[in-house]
Amino acid sequence: VVAQHIAFGIIAALMVVGALRVVTSNNVVHAALWLVLVLAGAAAQYVLLAAEFVAVTQVLVYVGAVMVLFIFGTMLTRAQIGRERDLNNKGWPLALVVALVLGGTLAYVLLDAFGDDELPEEPAIQSVQNVSDSIFGPYLIPFWALSFVLLAAMVGAIVLARKD
Amino acid sequence: MLINEFLLLGALLFSIGVYGVLARKNAVLVLMSIELILNAVNINLVAFGAFWGTVSGQVFALFVIAVAAAEVGVGLGIVLMIYRNRATIDLETASLMKG
Repeated sequence: VVAQHIAFGIIAALMVVGALRVVTSNNVVHAALWLVLVLAGAAAQYVLLAAEFVAVTQVLVYVGAVMVLFIFGTMLTRAQIGRERDLNNKGWPLALVVALVLGGTLAYVLLDAFGDDELPEEPAIQSVQNVSDSIFGPYLIPFWALSFVLLAAMVGAIVLARKD
Repeated sequence: MLINEFLLLGALLFSIGVYGVLARKNAVLVLMSIELILNAVNINLVAFGAFWGTVSGQVFALFVIAVAAAEVGVGLGIVLMIYRNRATIDLETASLMKG
């Protein structure tokens, strides 16, 4: 359990540093690479929570596919790749205030509601079989709707990106 | 472990993502900040799933991952359209709706 705490602390610190660099970096490509660190850290947190299928999916979909899309997006929308000034709005101090108030409120509410509720000592391992039984059982209709969402997104992306 | 460790990490990532969405003006960076927000929500979902001992949290996290993938595809398509029409993805220039 102590090892879990240490692992959580290290990964969480890396994730927070990475997230801060994503929103403060002056270089779009560096921001994308810091985002990889955050996404991989999230996968590690899922392993700590005994959710191995979600962790593997996170690595496949986010670290694999979504990051490639971001790199392509950066490549296709910019002539030069490199440091750039002026990536922030003029109103960024207001955004900082909003984020601080929001974070403070969330932290207060969470500490109030779940003060020191422990996670189960031995987290119930949800096997891939349980996950798939749930997706194709009680959650079949949402899964079906999600297939249509993906189809619509695919068609929409092709229509948007087509030249003519 | 306390469930609050995971929930507070999620809240922190969420706030950082909100800051990014509001403060950035490069459209690709705004989309990256949205990914931060979605990941914060996913950590909360999986943590609550482990807390209550059900599999629903993981199923919802998988749904969110799939929707996020669709969202990035369409979002980057829109960003490419803006770039093609205006040769910039600075969101401050996309202000035609203001009149």
